[in-house]
Amino acid sequence: MARISSVAELEELRKDILSKREPGKPWIAFCGGIGCLCLGNDRVISAFAEEIRKQSLEAKVGLRMTGCHGFCEKGPSVVIYPEEVCYLEVTPEDVPEIIAQTVVGKKVIDRLVYTDPKTGEKAAHLFEIPFYRNQTRFLIGNNPRINPRSIDDYLAAGGYSALAKALFEMSPEQVLAEIKKANLRGRGGGGFPAGLKWETARNAPGEEKYVIVNAHEGEPGAFMDRALFTGNPHCVLEGLIIGAYAIGAHQGFIYTRHDNPQLRENIDIALAQAKEYGLLGENILGSGFNFNVEVHLDIGIFVSGESSALMRSIEGKAPEPRPKYIRTSVSGIWEKPSNLNNVETWANVPMIINKGSAWYAGIGTERSKGTKLISLSGKVCNTGVVEVPLGTPLKEIVYGIGGGIPNGKKLKAVHFGGPMGGSLPESLIDTPLDFDALAKLGAPMGAGAMLVIDEDTCMVDLARHFLEFLAGESCGKCVPCREGIRQMLKILTRITKGKGKEGDLELLEELAGVTREAALCALGRSAPNPFLSTLKYFRDEYEAHIKEKRCPALSCKELSASGGAKKNE
Amino acid sequence: MSEIIIQIDGRDVAAREGMTILEAAQTAGITIPTLCHHEKLEPYGACRICTVEIENRGRTRLVAACLYPVEKDLVVRTRSEKVDRIRKVILELLLAHAPEATELQVLAKEYGADKDRFEKESSFCILCGLCVRYCAEVKKKHAVGFVDRGTGREISFIPEIASRECWNCKECFPLCPTEALQAAYVLTEALISSSPSFKLEAEE
Repeated sequence: MARISSVAELEELRKDILSKREPGKPWIAFCGGIGCLCLGNDRVISAFAEEIRKQSLEAKVGLRMTGCHGFCEKGPSVVIYPEEVCYLEVTPEDVPEIIAQTVVGKKVIDRLVYTDPKTGEKAAHLFEIPFYRNQTRFLIGNNPRINPRSIDDYLAAGGYSALAKALFEMSPEQVLAEIKKANLRGRGGGGFPAGLKWETARNAPGEEKYVIVNAHEGEPGAFMDRALFTGNPHCVLEGLIIGAYAIGAHQGFIYTRHDNPQLRENIDIALAQAKEYGLLGENILGSGFNFNVEVHLDIGIFVSGESSALMRSIEGKAPEPRPKYIRTSVSGIWEKPSNLNNVETWANVPMIINKGSAWYAGIGTERSKGTKLISLSGKVCNTGVVEVPLGTPLKEIVYGIGGGIPNGKKLKAVHFGGPMGGSLPESLIDTPLDFDALAKLGAPMGAGAMLVIDEDTCMVDLARHFLEFLAGESCGKCVPCREGIRQMLKILTRITKGKGKEGDLELLEELAGVTREAALCALGRSAPNPFLSTLKYFRDEYEAHIKEKRCPALSCKELSASGGAKKNE
Repeated sequence: MSEIIIQIDGRDVAAREGMTILEAAQTAGITIPTLCHHEKLEPYGACRICTVEIENRGRTRLVAACLYPVEKDLVVRTRSEKVDRIRKVILELLLAHAPEATELQVLAKEYGADKDRFEKESSFCILCGLCVRYCAEVKKKHAVGFVDRGTGREISFIPEIASRECWNCKECFPLCPTEALQAAYVLTEALISSSPSFKLEAEE
């Protein structure tokens, strides 16, 4: 690889990469996402390699291990290009037939394509499957086409053209103005306007500034950031470099999980390749702009995703949220201005720079722009990583993309944001996916974990479950969080065991109020959310547990359906 | 340092830039209760008993007085229905761990906190961190620290350091807002485990 030192050289390289690719040549994309690998895609991949070798097709067929395709429910997923034929739930035994029939014979194998369980309609191509068809895949759409370990694949898809545009056609102020005009809001949970945060960091006194990718993704039920970052690391990196240029930072940090070696490897490879090409390091693309990135790993604690705790962790200290009343964008890592954004937020940046803020602001609702990645899980037919324009009704995600509720069960609620989020009842299913609309209803979007709940789930037990998680994951420093959670968990556990009593709900509400108002950081202040939202919309379930000793969902084992705690045998 | 005039409980108070609300209140003789604060130590913001209500630029917020820096036109209310309710619940939560602690009892009386409201889980320690921070910041020994997180958080003495440093110091004990019983217990535990003869017995 040669170092690129101008935009002209970058475009030349891109042309060169594209010229070596034969447009008609078949190639097979294997989903290398964690879901598909767990379902045995590694064995499918070996079978393909073996079969290709047996038939001496090495020169005629390309194989590509890609990032997560998105349709986790039906993995292992295999896509055959250039037609984009998508086979689901592929086994190694299917491989010889796929090679003979589809790759060579250009015929679709009926039994391996998606069949709509309701209409019986078949969808042979990826773009025809309702799960994909009803999405808008601006961020994740390149995943099936890119080998995350090949910077050339990213360049072939137009990668790093936004960086070239920012560095050579725009001043840092113009980049900042573009992000502000696009009204890009932080995807990590708060929905705070990224442009304003960048501006604060840019204007904060001090020469040395930092930009950080929060790739911690600790929210249980959230798996879209790792799908995006593992599958397309350069897209995030490109956004980060552009951000650094706008803010005036020369050092970046990527903070991610210690328990995701595949992600770590892909990031390391991406950084090394970008550096080799001169897209990272000194004098990027010959622009005079210098920028370096370091990778830091967490130690497996939920709270390390909180911005100030994350920064302390990078400093080498225990990941406890900082109690100071000063923004990290003014005083963060080593008290230097530090701008932290989540993976998905950074990934939006190249697209905004390339297509412009006006284009971007045309997608979404009045105050929530662009698309949003959702981790769709729970009691829904099609689980996986989903991307939709903000403003999409929740109903469309659950039914149009998710395929509805399995086993003939009824939808009861959707829960956003994991242990710091809230639940919305089925009656509010027409609510748009919008930062403010969801927050107003008590179910803030969080990072985008959307858990679908059917009639068999007990909402009291759900609230208890999330508090149990937080009891172990709070840092334990401040009293309202540590002790408030401890007592709320005790009371909720009692209620689910049929030992609830008069006054429990009032006491829980008082504890929730104090924890919400007095806790030190966002984790503590949001900890009561699942309880408060389930109480707001499912008060009757709480009352049935307490007054009638009955669990309407028939989920709490120590309670009977008709009422009265079960006798100890 | 320039002078800033803020209002605390209706009184004008002169404060220096960089001061916290707590410090400004103390210079004016206004009491704000604290449990984890110590003038020799960095503000910690863990007990939240010093929570006060502030008003600035038309917004009302609850903040920890030990950390919030004074600013122009700041209006502080050290007592309000909300503040008192928060303090009462915080005290009740702590009294479940240390029901006999004098400092907590005095405050409980003032805020009408019921020491029996929550089920007792007497650990004596309320994790204010005074011993941990004093040892780290003043003595620079780090003989005692926190282990675990969430509701599992505890203090623990590091045997190797404790056996060397603690016998002749014990300066952290009088700082304890409860009875230092937990500190004494975990120190003893640490010293036993650092002594080879005791260790053998414990293992048998």
